Amino acid sequence: MNANLFDGSLVRLSAPDPDRDADIESGWTHDPHYLRHTSLEPARPQSAAQVKEKYAALAKDTGGTQFHFSVRTIEDGRLVGFVGIERIAWAHGTANIQLAIGSPDDCGKGYGSDALQLALRYSFDELNLHRVTAFGFEYNPRAIHFFERAGFVAEVRQRQAIAREGRRWELVVLGLLKRDWRSRQVIEARA
Amino acid sequence: MKRQLFTGNLVRLVAANPESDPETLATWSRNAGFLRLMDTDPAQPWSLARVREDMKRFESKGDMFAFHVRTLAEDKLIGFVSLSGPAWTHSTVWFGIGIGDDAYWGKGYGTDAVRLAVQYAFEELNMHRVTLNVFDYNVRAVRSYEKVGFVLEGRQREAMQRDGKRIDILYMGILREEWVATTRAEGED
Repeated sequence: MNANLFDGSLVRLSAPDPDRDADIESGWTHDPHYLRHTSLEPARPQSAAQVKEKYAALAKDTGGTQFHFSVRTIEDGRLVGFVGIERIAWAHGTANIQLAIGSPDDCGKGYGSDALQLALRYSFDELNLHRVTAFGFEYNPRAIHFFERAGFVAEVRQRQAIAREGRRWELVVLGLLKRDWRSRQVIEARA
Repeated sequence: MKRQLFTGNLVRLVAANPESDPETLATWSRNAGFLRLMDTDPAQPWSLARVREDMKRFESKGDMFAFHVRTLAEDKLIGFVSLSGPAWTHSTVWFGIGIGDDAYWGKGYGTDAVRLAVQYAFEELNMHRVTLNVFDYNVRAVRSYEKVGFVLEGRQREAMQRDGKRIDILYMGILREEWVATTRAEGED
C-alpha cells in the first residue's frame, strides 16, 4: 500500500481553502496567458468573490463525478496551482484531467510534472480508472509536450477548432491508458 | 434565399410536440440497442417524466438547437437531432442525432437529417466547424457522417466498455469550406 497518495517530491494535493486561496487565484486570472492556456472561453478576469463561488459550486457537487485538488509546495505550503479529475464516467472508467500552474514564476520548476504524477496515481490507483483524457491547444505546444512526457498520446486533432490571434488552431485530445502508465511506473522503479 | 432550411428529401426538422411526442420517445428507449448507439450513459428505459424533462432541456434557447425529425411521406416522428454546446467565439458546435424508430435505419432518413442539421449549423448559425463523437461499433452512423462530408479526426482509445470489450470513441469534424465544396458539387450535378 502506498500511503503517500497526496505527497509528491515537490508538491502535495490538498483540499481547497477558499478563504486563503481566492485572492491568489483571482490574481492568476488577471494574466491573459494563464486564461488562454487553461480555457477556450473568452478571457475574463475573475474576482476573489467569483473564485469563491466556483469553489462553493465544486463543494456542492456531490455526484462523485469530479475530484478537485489544490496544489501546494511541500516546502512552505504555498498555493501554486490546481488539478481536477473531471467528468468521470464510472461505467467506463474514464475521466478528463485538467492541470494548471498559476504563476509564470512557478513554471519550469517541476511542480506541474509532480502534480500530474500524483493526479495520475490517484486516477488509476484510487479511482481505479481505465484511462484519462487531457486537452491541448495547438498554440501551447509546451502543454502538449508536458502530457506526452508523462505517457499521453495525441489521439485526436480537431482541425481549426480554435480561433485566436487571427488564425485557427487545432484542439488536441490526448489519452493515457492505465496499463501504459503502469508499465512506466515499473520502468522508473527499476531505474 | 432559395434553400429550404427545414425540409430535406425524406425528412423535415420540426419543433417537439410536448403533447404527443413523449410517448413515442419512451417507446424507443425500450430498445437497448438504440440507447447504446446514442450514449455512453448506462442504458435505462426512459419514463414519460424523464422524456418530458429532457424535452424541456432540449428546447431551443440560445445555446441549444434541437429538432424532432419527421418523415415527409407520412409525417411520422422517427428521431431527433441537436446542435449543442456552441463556442460562439470559435464558431464551433457539437452535433448529435438519434433515429429511434429502427424501421427507418439504413434507408437514408438519418443521413438526410444529418445533412439538414449540418446545413443549419453552417447557414443559420454561421459556424466554422461541426464536431461529433461516434462509437467505433456504430459503422452505419460513421458511413452516414462520411457521406455528408465529416472527416475522421482521431480516436480516443478504449474510451468506453461494453459487453466486456473496450471500445474506441471516434471524433469526426466538418469544416465550412468542406461543406461549401460538397453542396457546390451537388448543385453542379
